[in-house]
Amino acid sequence: MIESIRFWAIVILVAFGLFFTFVSAIGVLRLPDVYSRAHTASQTDTLGAGLALAAVALALGWQNATVYTVLLLFFVFITNPTAAHAIARSAAETGIDPWTSDADEEGESR
Amino acid sequence: MIPSGVTLEEVFLAAAALFVVLAIVMFYRAVAGPTTQDRLLAVNVLGTNTVVILALLAAGLDEPRFLDVALIYALLNFLMAIAISKFTVERGGVL
Repeated sequence: MIESIRFWAIVILVAFGLFFTFVSAIGVLRLPDVYSRAHTASQTDTLGAGLALAAVALALGWQNATVYTVLLLFFVFITNPTAAHAIARSAAETGIDPWTSDADEEGESR
Repeated sequence: MIPSGVTLEEVFLAAAALFVVLAIVMFYRAVAGPTTQDRLLAVNVLGTNTVVILALLAAGLDEPRFLDVALIYALLNFLMAIAISKFTVERGGVL
C-alpha cells in the first residue's frame, strides 16, 4: 500500500516536471523577445527542475545521496531566477527595446 | 496499485530521455537567438536541464556519484550566467 502511494507520487512528480519543462521549451522557442523568454524560462524551468529533483529525492529514500539532491533542489530554486534577472537586466542596460503590440501593428519606430 | 512490469528505474530513464529531447529542441534558441542575451538565456536553461538529466540518471542507474557532478555543474552554470551578463554590460570592467 505505502509502496504503491510512493510509486505514484514519484510518477506524478516526474510527469509534472516534464510538463513544466515542455512549457518552458515552447516559451523559449516561440515568445517574441528576450524579456518574455526570460520570464518563461525562469518561472517554468524552476518549477520543472524542482519537481523532477523532488521525485529523485523521494525515490532515493533515506541515504546520503538524498541530502545532495535536496541541496541541489534548493540551490537551483534560488539561483535560476537570480540568473534570469541578471540576464534581463543586462539586456535592458545594453539597450534592447521590449516588444510591444504597437510596433507589430503600425510598424513605426519608437 | 503498481503496474506490473514497470519499475522506477525505467520511469527515470524514460524521463531522462524526454528531457534530452526537450534540451535538443531548446538548443535552437542558443544557435539562432538574435541577441547575446537570448543565447545566454538558452544556455542557462540548457544547463539546468543537464542538471536534471544527471539527477534522473543518478536515480535510474543507481549511481549516486552523478549527483556530485550535477551539484558542481549547477554552481558553474550560475557563475557563467552572472559573469557573462556582467561582461556584456561593462566591457573592460573587473569581470
